[in-house]
Amino acid sequence: MTHLTKALLLSTALLAAACTNPDRFGGAGAGGAGAGGMAGAGAGGIVPGSANDPQSPAYFNQTIGDRVLFAVDQSTLSPEAQATLDGQAQWLQRNADYLAVIEGHADEQGTREYNIALGARRASAVMEYLIANGVAANRLRTVSYGKERPIEVCSTEACYSKNRRAVTVISFGTAGAIS
Amino acid sequence: MRQILSGIAAAFLLALTAWPASAQDGPLRIDITEGVIEPVPVALPQFIAETAGAEEMARQVTQVIAEDLTGTGLFRRIPQEAFISSVSSFSSPVQYADWKAINAQALVTGAISVEGGRVVAKFRLYDVFAGTEMGEGMQFAATDSGWRRLAHKVADQVYSRITGEAGYFDSRVVFVSESGPKDERAKRIAVMDYDGANVQYLTDSGAIVLAPRFSPDGNRVIYTSYQTGSPRIHMLNVGDVQSRVLPAQSGQMSFSPRFTPNGQSLLYSATTGSNTDIYRMDISSGSTSAITSGPAIETAPSFSPDGSRIVFESDRSGTQQLYVMPANGGEPQRISFGPGRYGTPVWSPRGDLIAFTKQNAGRFHIGVMRIDGSEERLLTASFLDESPTWAPNGRVLMFARETQGAQGTSSLYSVDISGRNLKRVPTPDGASDPSWGPLQ
Repeated sequence: MTHLTKALLLSTALLAAACTNPDRFGGAGAGGAGAGGMAGAGAGGIVPGSANDPQSPAYFNQTIGDRVLFAVDQSTLSPEAQATLDGQAQWLQRNADYLAVIEGHADEQGTREYNIALGARRASAVMEYLIANGVAANRLRTVSYGKERPIEVCSTEACYSKNRRAVTVISFGTAGAIS
Repeated sequence: MRQILSGIAAAFLLALTAWPASAQDGPLRIDITEGVIEPVPVALPQFIAETAGAEEMARQVTQVIAEDLTGTGLFRRIPQEAFISSVSSFSSPVQYADWKAINAQALVTGAISVEGGRVVAKFRLYDVFAGTEMGEGMQFAATDSGWRRLAHKVADQVYSRITGEAGYFDSRVVFVSESGPKDERAKRIAVMDYDGANVQYLTDSGAIVLAPRFSPDGNRVIYTSYQTGSPRIHMLNVGDVQSRVLPAQSGQMSFSPRFTPNGQSLLYSATTGSNTDIYRMDISSGSTSAITSGPAIETAPSFSPDGSRIVFESDRSGTQQLYVMPANGGEPQRISFGPGRYGTPVWSPRGDLIAFTKQNAGRFHIGVMRIDGSEERLLTASFLDESPTWAPNGRVLMFARETQGAQGTSSLYSVDISGRNLKRVPTPDGASDPSWGPLQ
């Protein structure tokens, strides 16, 4: 855990990503994106480390998408969610120096402790999908925040749908370093 | 909603038929179970200051006694201006006719002395219409910082002698104090007196904390904290505010801890992958055993007061529902069958009822049902009510109510098990997840 919070955000693109990433409470620190990952990219006019650089955390967070959304009280992965996770799995396979913590969340329409268990189901569904698509299990970990960390604060479905999420928070590190 | 309305209507009918008779005939007695609508008029003259300079203490103690009694909704204080008799000495004989004339059904007299940092409260209770003293005069002593407890102890005696039930005023509540906006909420574990006085913070706001519970003796608190980055159960001594994290298996999230009635073990939920089950842990050895199994979410356990059974919530049927099972294993029996989802069951300290949170048609309710699931009654309705906890006498519930929208905040409320006397419990900031401790 410690090494995650110590990770430096080097490029301006990454900083921008961190500022717009609403998961500022994420257990791994703002944006969750670690240092590194931009080396060797940047061919063909692509700005290294930007959301156009397929090797960059910004690409993972923004272009692929770091999160998937769920239906009310459900943890099944929609076709759209599966497409996002396919992209996440490919990125993680190409970027073996990254670890990921998958954070499960629920909307406020539920009792507190049940929602922790529900968030765990969502995070676990994502983790199982990534493993099934080739990501080593020892690079992945889950945590549930239940309804404790909404990113949208209104009390309508427009907000609830964005809060029912699992966010894959990547960080630079060595497999097996997280438990 | 219809169930609430019909519940109130039933209470009202009972009150109309049963109350006037019991008020006038025989000794003074309030039957709480019958949903009293008309509060009993009580004369509570300011306690007499028996030492020099004790007047302010006497005024404060009398005020807290009055707030305790009238706060139940069962009593109404007769204004001092209406008094015919004045009480000038604790030992002077009671002029029953003067109190009867102003329709006081009960009279509480008392005296306060303050000496060397020690406060002593004496009181007597009279049944005015019977013309007799109810029970014996009593006195309580405390250091001057503990004066509110003296007042609560007097009020507990008065309440108990008139209702025949144990009191609950001299008790504390542990809860989560909340501050900051909804998407950046800071949470701290805090304790307070049952009426919101004497708030003391037990943790800082560095980590998310959830759902504290008092040990049966009120000396320890167990709660869930994200201090380690993942939900883990922590145990804290209220006296010295020292806490420690309880053992957990690697990679497991643990939360939803509840003490066993003897305080030596706890039930809690642990999540491995997608599956959440209930486990039992012996606190001194740290050894654990599984109580439930299978892929469903099983959480929010609560013991029967005799320790023989537990009630918990499970979504094994497809939605959150309540189940009762023997504490040492066996087949869970589903007890909730109404429309909607049921969670956070809490067994009454009297053993007779289970309080719960119900979600139905976009509304949340606090309700009670018998332990076999019969006679379900919804006591509240709002955008978001949850986390009921029982007063030590099993007659009142406290719970958290969150308001809707971007500016939504959470507050504590209490309500009688009849569904009457819903009121907000004052707290300095937002508050959630109350757990009512024992009568001290």
